Amino acid sequence: MRTGRSAFVMVAMALCLAFLYLPIVSLVVYSFNASKLVTVWGGFSARWYGELLRDAQILRAAWLSLRIAVVTATAAVVLGTLAGVALARMGRFRGRILFSGMTSAPLVMPEVITGLSLLLLFVALEDLIGWPRGRGVTTITIAHITFSMAYVAVVIQAQLANLDPSLEEAALDLGARPAKVFLVITVPVIAPALVSGWLLSFTLSLDDLIIASFVAGPGSSTLPMVVFSKVRLGVSPEINALATLFVVVVSIGVIAAGALTSRAQRRRSRDAQGAIAPPFG
Amino acid sequence: MSGRVPSGRALVIVGPYLWLLLFFLAPLAIVLKIAFSEALIAQPPYAPLFARSSDGALTIQLNFHNFLFLVRDDLYFRAYLNSARIALIATLLCVVLGYPVAYGIAHASPAARNVLLMLVILPFWTSFLLRVYAWIGILKNNGLINNLLMAVGIIDQPLVMMQTDFAVYLGIVYSYLPFMILPLYARLQRLDHTLWEAAADLGCRPHKAFLTVILPLSLPGVVAGSMLVFIPAVGEFVIPALLGGPDTLMIGRVLWDEFFANRDWPVASAVAIAVLILLVAPITVLQFTHGREAER
Amino acid sequence: MVTEDSTMNDPRPRLAAGIRPAPDEPAQPYVRAEGVTRKFGEVAAVDDVTLEIYRGEVFCLLGGSGCGKTTLLRILAGLEPATTGRVLIDGEDVTGTPPFRRPVNMMFQSYALFPHLSVRNNVAFGLRQDGLPSRQINRRVASMLELVKLGPFARRKPHQLSGGQRQRVALARALVKQPKLLLLDEPLGALDRQLREEMQFELINIQQTLGITFVVVTHDQEEAMTLSSRIGVMHAGRIVQTGTPTQIYEYPRSRFVAQFVGSVNLFEGRVEERAPDHVLIASEKAGCTLAVEHVAQVAVGAPVAVAVRPEKLVMAHEPPGHEYNHIPAIVDEVAYRGGLSIYKLRIATGHTLHLTQPNRDRATVQRPAAHDAVFVSWHPASGVVLDS
Repeated sequence: MRTGRSAFVMVAMALCLAFLYLPIVSLVVYSFNASKLVTVWGGFSARWYGELLRDAQILRAAWLSLRIAVVTATAAVVLGTLAGVALARMGRFRGRILFSGMTSAPLVMPEVITGLSLLLLFVALEDLIGWPRGRGVTTITIAHITFSMAYVAVVIQAQLANLDPSLEEAALDLGARPAKVFLVITVPVIAPALVSGWLLSFTLSLDDLIIASFVAGPGSSTLPMVVFSKVRLGVSPEINALATLFVVVVSIGVIAAGALTSRAQRRRSRDAQGAIAPPFG
Repeated sequence: MSGRVPSGRALVIVGPYLWLLLFFLAPLAIVLKIAFSEALIAQPPYAPLFARSSDGALTIQLNFHNFLFLVRDDLYFRAYLNSARIALIATLLCVVLGYPVAYGIAHASPAARNVLLMLVILPFWTSFLLRVYAWIGILKNNGLINNLLMAVGIIDQPLVMMQTDFAVYLGIVYSYLPFMILPLYARLQRLDHTLWEAAADLGCRPHKAFLTVILPLSLPGVVAGSMLVFIPAVGEFVIPALLGGPDTLMIGRVLWDEFFANRDWPVASAVAIAVLILLVAPITVLQFTHGREAER
Repeated sequence: MVTEDSTMNDPRPRLAAGIRPAPDEPAQPYVRAEGVTRKFGEVAAVDDVTLEIYRGEVFCLLGGSGCGKTTLLRILAGLEPATTGRVLIDGEDVTGTPPFRRPVNMMFQSYALFPHLSVRNNVAFGLRQDGLPSRQINRRVASMLELVKLGPFARRKPHQLSGGQRQRVALARALVKQPKLLLLDEPLGALDRQLREEMQFELINIQQTLGITFVVVTHDQEEAMTLSSRIGVMHAGRIVQTGTPTQIYEYPRSRFVAQFVGSVNLFEGRVEERAPDHVLIASEKAGCTLAVEHVAQVAVGAPVAVAVRPEKLVMAHEPPGHEYNHIPAIVDEVAYRGGLSIYKLRIATGHTLHLTQPNRDRATVQRPAAHDAVFVSWHPASGVVLDS
């Protein structure tokens, strides 16, 4: 019975992983297809990578998206960390319920609604105070910061909830002022969460199609917007090449991160073995 | 940190607070206002905010489209129900497919567990848009599946899979399956293995132990995962737009079309409010389960 | 319940000798909490506590979980604001002083070692906050690590240390600033039994070397007795009794203290007669008249309880010669604990008594066994009269 269930679970896992990776693998394989008919194999070729690198529209959009993603990730980490600290460490304050609702709501808000509402706000603001003038990089960045910071706040809040509060109290007790405690104790200790929050925001911003479509102006098409307009018309080998580049970059990043953490773990356990000493040695 | 340095506290809170008030709450208020101002056609109380922004043409358009909106109510209502239905069925599919996987990961050796979790999460880091796009190449008439089946000789006519509801279900399940697996895994992984042994010791056969002990205890994970799949699926736009047919009505797509194709902002706002109303219950459930999990 | 004020009329010694800076000088409290209350909503975690601690003492706050002892400690540290009341340290009112400006350091229950800093930098952290020159910091850190025997581990990170080593880093980090007051929250709670006993003596040695005043929070009465010059027993946010370990154990002033510290046999009754050196108490529960010596002030007819520790009871096969304090009983159960045995005895009224007896001899002497009929008695000086 036990082995029967295990076999069932094994098969289910294998099928599920195949399901998750089939589309990605097919993108990678077909990106090297010489044929323009995407699904007919015409031999191995790197031709579409060349085409991709000569496509000025995609390159421009990619550069724009990268710039927006870097600014978004950085700002979202700052604002999201503050929000996470406020929620995890500041106990009760006036308007806390509203604040906590506002930090978690963007996570579940359908993107079409977020996009629409922000656009209406930007239109109203421009009308009211003349800012932001038109729509473009600024409005996209603001929109991206708003939903990214919610993710960061959740990550940071969870991390702080797991962090022994007496760590910060000990620093206070030893004479550090609150701001210094935050900088020299809290930030270094939650640094991994800050890094993953940054990467998450960066990815979310780079990947967003819907919200950007609402709040973008003429001449500020992000990479997903360009990709969407292309793939709406059908399969494009160039996009396969682009997807493959994405997969390669992400895989390298994840493998590097995995290697770093496992090396740190190995070092830690080795040192821990060396630390075994007679109690009063 | 007791309240001894109020200025520091205020500094921490004020930044994100103001940002969210301005860029999250205020926009929703505007949507609400515009959606309502439209309901009161008789005495058009245009938000001064909005009326001044528009040139005369827009104001005229506004009234005109409000009218149309009422006429087209049927389409909008069908899209509404259709979204809920598709999201619900896709959620159930995710439970059925995700449960054994989450279970398997929870019971794997620690090393294998980390690798499996990584494999489940990894696709997240690549573009959602590109992953949905990949299915076009697989599902279309001369795509991977049809080519394969015809080469083997199982079929001699290509199966029509693209631009069907089937493709939309597939896309949603594919995209949101990890959202189901992760909370379920988190829940299952915390269940003590001795629960199995205790049940067996008390004379429970394994399948019965699963049904009477493990399954009920894992329900909070199922609920959390279901909400995480259902909520984004309802408002989904990219999947029906790329994989669905013209008759695959989903509310997110209707909103998008109202806005971009019809340029009807008030109707789009009204649709947005309608979607939010549909989502209030699941979001509340989600917050509740989260709160309960946090208390443990 | 007997109140704190009755200390005034208490003939017993109030302070153990040797904890005043100079024995002839009138003791000046070094730390003083006046009417300190801390409310969380409607609940008072600390309820109107007044407390005096003397220079060089090791003062233990002893109590069960949720009694408010840790909250009181955190109020002394400045980590928790007092809702009302004042805290004075060395004559200075520090009630409103934030923790980073108080001359107080704390050793946390979880140790709260900074995981990203080495042992040396953990210990140096407090000194760096004072902006001391780095040579002085290095010197003080080195000598402190020497004191807690962690010199060779200075470069380690906390996760590379054993539990006992972490405990000593936490201690060193809190001591290195030479605070006027060191607060220790369950300092030995995370250590296993053997290490804990070793560290108790280690802690006392370090305290005596440095002469720093310690306030220790613990739920472990043995630890409190071993470490402290005085103990404050806390219950439901209040300090119900302060005194030396002997006073707390031998002269509990309330049923709570009697039952919380050690175990006790209680006999409810009424005061029958008051003599200059003793009182007689009629107890239905005991089934006899009880005599207790050295009773401060009780009125005839008042309902009281007599508390007698299990080890103060004497058991014999023959009835004792004296008139009071002896009860016939049947041995119900015997639990052999090696060094001593614990007896459960049933008396005629149906109640159960606990009695412990050291096993001084091997089995050559016949000890009472289950179902034996015995006589239990005790000396009139062994009992304590408590409010009923």
